Amino acid sequence: MTWVLDNLDLIGRLTVEHLRQCVLPIVLGFLVSIPAGWLAFRFRLTRGLVLTVVGLLYTIPSLALFALLPPLLGISFLSEVNLVVALTIYAVAIMTRFVADALASVDPTVRQAALAVGYGPWRRFWQVDLPLAGPVVLAGLRVTAVSTISLATVGILIGIDNLGYLFTNGYQRQIVAEILAGVVAVVLVALVVDLLLVLTGRALMPWSRKVRA
Amino acid sequence: MNVFADAVAWIFSPDRLTGALPLPEAIWTHLAFTFVAVLIAAAVAIPAGWAIGHTGRGREIAVALSGAARAVPSFGLVLLLVLVLGVTHKVAASVTAFVLLAIPPILAGAYAGVEAVERRVVDGARSVGMTGRQVLFKAEVPLGLPLLIGGLRSATLQVVATVTLAGYVGNWGLGFYIVQGIQIRDFSQILGAALLIVVLAVVLDALFAILQRVVVPRGVAAGRAPDDAPARRRRRLPDPTTA
Amino acid sequence: MRTTRRTALVATAATAVLALGACSGSDPLDGGSASSDAIVVGSQAYYSNEIIAEIYAQALEAEGFTVERNFSIGQRDAYMPALEDGEVQLFPEYTGNLLQFFDPDATATSPEDVYAALQEALPDGLTVLDQSSATDQDSYNVTESFATENDLTSIADLADLDVPLTLGGPAELEQRPYGPQGLKDVYGVDVSFVATGDTTVQDLVAGTVNVANVFSADPRIQTENLVTLEDPEGLFLASNVVPLVNADLADEIADVINPVSAALTPEGLVALNVQSTEEQRSSADIAADWLAENGLA
Repeated sequence: MTWVLDNLDLIGRLTVEHLRQCVLPIVLGFLVSIPAGWLAFRFRLTRGLVLTVVGLLYTIPSLALFALLPPLLGISFLSEVNLVVALTIYAVAIMTRFVADALASVDPTVRQAALAVGYGPWRRFWQVDLPLAGPVVLAGLRVTAVSTISLATVGILIGIDNLGYLFTNGYQRQIVAEILAGVVAVVLVALVVDLLLVLTGRALMPWSRKVRA
Repeated sequence: MNVFADAVAWIFSPDRLTGALPLPEAIWTHLAFTFVAVLIAAAVAIPAGWAIGHTGRGREIAVALSGAARAVPSFGLVLLLVLVLGVTHKVAASVTAFVLLAIPPILAGAYAGVEAVERRVVDGARSVGMTGRQVLFKAEVPLGLPLLIGGLRSATLQVVATVTLAGYVGNWGLGFYIVQGIQIRDFSQILGAALLIVVLAVVLDALFAILQRVVVPRGVAAGRAPDDAPARRRRRLPDPTTA
Repeated sequence: MRTTRRTALVATAATAVLALGACSGSDPLDGGSASSDAIVVGSQAYYSNEIIAEIYAQALEAEGFTVERNFSIGQRDAYMPALEDGEVQLFPEYTGNLLQFFDPDATATSPEDVYAALQEALPDGLTVLDQSSATDQDSYNVTESFATENDLTSIADLADLDVPLTLGGPAELEQRPYGPQGLKDVYGVDVSFVATGDTTVQDLVAGTVNVANVFSADPRIQTENLVTLEDPEGLFLASNVVPLVNADLADEIADVINPVSAALTPEGLVALNVQSTEEQRSSADIAADWLAENGLA
């Protein structure tokens, strides 16, 4: 406990760093997974392809992906871009299935009704399919956000400073409180972001409150 | 594509049979960590999930705990447990962290499977005189099996990728090669070990896909999938525009 | 009423996201893009190295330089490209290990020879300032009881043992010139290797390994009563603390960093490490006190 009190500055700085590194992958993952999920939902041919690709991406161990990106992307080993790209890949891998399932969960009769009153495919997607799929998409976004925040800690092993620093540094110095502080900080950050997402979802989709996402 | 050729060459090099951790042993220990963690998680999560699904009680707590468990970084937990339990218990420390990772999807699969059973089916089972226990084990559990297997499948895939981190604390699993490869900057080694982990995951996934088909009781289709099963299967709903 | 509440919620969430985004533009600790006049000081992902880096950084700041810290960036193989590119400009290093990195067949073993060979081996654009008397080199250690039981003082003594030997160390030790293969070639000692990560000392004490690769400035060599085996054949190169610096910057900062290297002694380095591991103080505090005690800041 003394360790935590003596190092509040460090914990605070790393927490901000950590959040900052995670925001972009979560947003990018969300944006990419909407069209990817739509492809997986809409056509039989692309469904198999998209779901196989995201399924494979999901199984790549994070530590290996972090380390392999610099030579593949041709960027510095120390660049934060490595972490952002890797986390985005995992975010897309998790999110795409949720989007595909969310779109599939929309009642086909509603879709037919929209067609009947003259909605074109584009307008129907944005005004009927996506809003109705919203609760399941939000559920996916929550899982994505929490796992991104937790996964980012592995970035310390390729030299990206974030809350993961408290794990490796505490392990070397044998300070249990330091590692524990890191674990607790990551969980708190994840839960706060999760809460923000729930509140945003409620505000944007008041109709979803009765439906369990 | 040269990188991949080098990685494949690394995998099949005769040097892989000697050294601190011969490759077959790395694969074997990697799988052993995965199976033990998933089995322990299943032993905890399946009965709990069935109880929640059957009684309808404790769901909120289970969801909240699962959410919190999912937020716990496995890497930090492995290191924390090694320090707390001591270096002679590195295996137990690592497995414990992976068990925690595997519990949420299995729990969700177990209760979602039972919950997804139609009310009419449960009522029907009761009306023919089944006790609560019989309703659970003769109707709810068999009908919920596809979703439970889906949860196990999801847990196994997460764990098999995450067991890599055990290589940071000790001499086992394919993660050993990745950790060592990062320090000596040997990209064919990192990629070779990563490819093997992906292959293990794909093989396990295929086995679960087969299992999922086998356990579906005749005449029953798969129901709702649990929230977070990334490998879930769902029958595609007919789209009016393609129909 | 309902709409107002919804708007408020959206506004709150949007503000939160914007606030996070705003942080990204203004973070002074973000590595990679050094502003033109700041000196980027790096460190290994090793607490002791980080303390020395922090001492360099504070010493420079005391002389009015602007410093960016890019600490905890893994092992040599990971950060050396960044140093060669000028992305990182000053780094606490160790002469022997650094020499072996650039010249794996190096034969020099004494501190002076290693330092001289190192200056030859460094690539263009990188240079070293004065070396310190403080050393932190790889060494092979056994427990006191194991040493007494088997009458061990030197690595060479291991060759005569009937006991099966298990060497513990970080995973990469298996591939290093002084690793298991080096032990066999130089001393005729057969060991099996076990990767023990960052807990090598605990593993030695717990008995999971009986020979351990420990850095010589690790305070636990004393606190755990370990016996460091002598190395008469020079398997390990002398490894003194040395500032590795971008050649363009060397003259400008030599007057600040050389006195630091002169003041840092072998015992002093162990004492710094004790403050980090035993007293659990932060590297910034340890560095500030040390500079003040030595009249350097």
